[in-house]
Amino acid sequence: MDMMDQAASPERTAALIAALIAVDPYGLGGLRIKSGPAAARDSWLSLLRTLLGTDAPWRKVPVNIPESRLLGGLDLTATLGAGRPVAERGLLVEADGGTIILAMAERAEVATISHIIACMDQGHVRLERDGLGLVTPSRFCVVALDEAIGDEPGIVPNLMDRLAFDLDFALLAQTEMFEALFNEQAIRDARTRLKDVIVSNGMIEALCAAAMALGITSSRACLFALKVARIAAALAGRNHVIEADGALAAELILAPRARALPPPQSADIDESQPNEPSPEPPAGQNEGDEDTQTDPGPEQKSALDDLDLTDLILEAARAALPPGLLERIQQGNISLRMGASGRAGLMRKTKNRGRVTGTRAGELVSGARLNVIETMRAAAPWQTLRRNARKVSAATTRLEIRAQDFRLNRYRQRSETATIFVVDGSGSHALNRMAEAKGAVELLLHDCYARRDNVALIAFRGAQAEILLPPTRSLVRAKRALAGLPGGGGTPLALGIDATIEMAQAVLAKGQMPCAIFLTDGRANISRDGTPGRTMAEADAMAAAASLRLVGIRCLLIDTSPRPQEEGRRIAVAMGARYVPLPFADAMALSNVARHALDDAKGLAA
Amino acid sequence: MAQAFPFSALVGQDEMKRCLMIAAIDPSIGGVLVLGDRGTGKSTAVRGLAGLLPQMKVYEGCRYGCDPADESPSLMPECASHGPDKKPKVRQVAVPVVDLPLGATEDRVVGALDLEKALSQGIKAFEPGLLARAHRGFLYIDEINLLEDHLVDLLLDVAASGEAVVEREGLSVRHAARFVLIGSGNPEEGELRPQLLDRFGLSVEMRTPTDLATRVEVVRRRDQFERDPQGFAQKWAKAEAALRRKILTARGRLGDVDVPDSALEKSAQLCMTLGTDGLRGELTLMRAARALASLEGDKTVADRHLKTIAQSALRHRLRRNPLDESSSSMRVARAVDTMFGT
Repeated sequence: MDMMDQAASPERTAALIAALIAVDPYGLGGLRIKSGPAAARDSWLSLLRTLLGTDAPWRKVPVNIPESRLLGGLDLTATLGAGRPVAERGLLVEADGGTIILAMAERAEVATISHIIACMDQGHVRLERDGLGLVTPSRFCVVALDEAIGDEPGIVPNLMDRLAFDLDFALLAQTEMFEALFNEQAIRDARTRLKDVIVSNGMIEALCAAAMALGITSSRACLFALKVARIAAALAGRNHVIEADGALAAELILAPRARALPPPQSADIDESQPNEPSPEPPAGQNEGDEDTQTDPGPEQKSALDDLDLTDLILEAARAALPPGLLERIQQGNISLRMGASGRAGLMRKTKNRGRVTGTRAGELVSGARLNVIETMRAAAPWQTLRRNARKVSAATTRLEIRAQDFRLNRYRQRSETATIFVVDGSGSHALNRMAEAKGAVELLLHDCYARRDNVALIAFRGAQAEILLPPTRSLVRAKRALAGLPGGGGTPLALGIDATIEMAQAVLAKGQMPCAIFLTDGRANISRDGTPGRTMAEADAMAAAASLRLVGIRCLLIDTSPRPQEEGRRIAVAMGARYVPLPFADAMALSNVARHALDDAKGLAA
Repeated sequence: MAQAFPFSALVGQDEMKRCLMIAAIDPSIGGVLVLGDRGTGKSTAVRGLAGLLPQMKVYEGCRYGCDPADESPSLMPECASHGPDKKPKVRQVAVPVVDLPLGATEDRVVGALDLEKALSQGIKAFEPGLLARAHRGFLYIDEINLLEDHLVDLLLDVAASGEAVVEREGLSVRHAARFVLIGSGNPEEGELRPQLLDRFGLSVEMRTPTDLATRVEVVRRRDQFERDPQGFAQKWAKAEAALRRKILTARGRLGDVDVPDSALEKSAQLCMTLGTDGLRGELTLMRAARALASLEGDKTVADRHLKTIAQSALRHRLRRNPLDESSSSMRVARAVDTMFGT
């Protein structure tokens, strides 16, 4: 049963991934599943579980799992009952030898993910809390369920980098059953065989070369590719890795990670179109393909030298490149998307972060942190009474603690701000204005890292508003995003304001405080639906401004026209913004104005 | 505990290896910051360092890692037993390399009330935290640029004073906490606070190797390691021992390395050209060059030592000019080239 012989359908690929993981669950780290709750997902997971062995641990990690449950810690109930610390085992220890399922992994807290990563890297759980210090070996496979929709940030890249596979269920939504390609016995045999599978140096080189050509930087990718090739050979009952194994590894591991299009290698390969991915793995493409001539025939295969092997691997990856990669590379926002993902967890406010500012009485619900001293202090006056009531001797040292004694820590966390620059990219002054806005963004970011503030940039011109820079704290990212700024066209002010409202609400949802700064002359001439016409455009802009006012955030409108006129002021009034005519703003002046506006906004909130 | 990847088996990444070794030779340099892409071996190197370092002496049962060679009276009341009249046993332990995870709570970092004693005996006793464990060793923070502010404040204070002061839950404790701070992170995910940046003596920029041979070798060794960690470690045991000896020797003769006035002048001049803030730049440059000279078996700090280490010691100290596109590394490289010639 050679899996390479049949044309790969998404279902087969998914089933194959399950088998590959089952052979070496820890070596491959696991996978990300991009899908909402769906029957197909459950069906695939049950396939994986069967292959891994149903007696192996299979633990679900809820998104809001407290650290004490994840790593283990003090069992408070038992501890109070026994009068001495009683440890409880954490979920990561329980999962040893099995699998953890991260539900809604894209929303998991940074701390949760970093504990999991530390355990994956080191093969043990280190527990250092509540006076306990334990190191327990634990190895597990991670199934991260990513339910992010559209442009929502997905799983943190740190975790993604440690998971071999990425399975998108968009194509598999209709699948009801996944047919196992290998039975459990075959998986067990492959596990035994795996350590004896030989890989040629040429293959390792070819995989690394292909990774480089695809712009993959992490060396983990090459390592995963190597492992997958080896597992594929073991599954096929071979003791050595052949080209088809390498091609499979390229398809499953390298292609999804591609960040660049491989350069067309040799002249004899037909201009193969990377943006038209062929659904078939190339090892099987012998007929009906335009580059039949370059496809090595069976008699040539034995004579393949390393160079040809690299080509073959690369070709396999090329065929499996995700559709739309070319467009995204051309737009230059591949790395932007990567960087944008996952930081939401950091911003999310929790009730047990920040500085301790005091205690309060309360129940021991999950996430609450008990302040033991205060609890004991609260219990102290009642000891004699309670002992008498329970008829225990006064000589016992055990404390009588009741639920009403519990005192919990209170925390305070500084709220972050996000400054949204909204720049009018239209007309003759556009280039100046954009350059100034860019300078201001960078200057603000420059001291933002001291203040932990975020900066975003929206530009509107022609018939659209565009987010040039999503809220970020990174100067590096800002610089790259702002490298080429568009300019010219009409003024769709209403669209610009709409985009601002949307972003402001997203920022508010993350628990941060937005502050919008408009750079425009306020003379709208493109209406919401993209048609030119001053009257309609101004009416739309006024309406949008009124809804922005309802969001209730701090706004500032900087009138950049050479001779400030009434329109700018009118819009500013409508959105409840401060109006600042600044005809010859430079980056420095602009960032100063923004900084003051922010400080005002903070004063307002405090 | 699981076998760590041997430090000497790391392929390439010379700058990082050099900086970590320099920090191990002279801890007063003040830590290493490693910035770079994922999957370039940052964590691997730091964890490998733990296995490489020579063991250190501690008192049996001491929870603060006090140095038996240290004559000064201990800060901790419970370490009073270390006094001259009593002679507790001394034993060899591995130099601690302590991880500070991102989500760590403050009580875990600085220490907290000992619950066992509090609950069973009603005694207020202190349970030391990660800072105490890292004393005389290394404190490693992955993704340091995402560390929460209140922990950063705490670290800044401890790193500056070399001791941790705990005032919480009715406890009042002071203990020594001198460690080499090692931070790593990806600059695309957020900036570091300048105060924290300034604490690091050396900074390293990690890049994915661009030549095929190196990348193949990285993958090959990692693969060998994962398939047989013990065997791999054994294969590299000799190299590890040699490197360990080298670090020990370098430590021993560090005091004998001569820093001529000309070297001091040159480092000062370099810092002036680059406009670094404060004197920390010069001081670090000089110390790092001295440790490097010692590592390489030289008796005197020469131009080439300064040249080698200048980027690591200075690149994170330049005042940033957001409108200047060239990176800090390039600016340092230019200044070095102008001064020493290419």
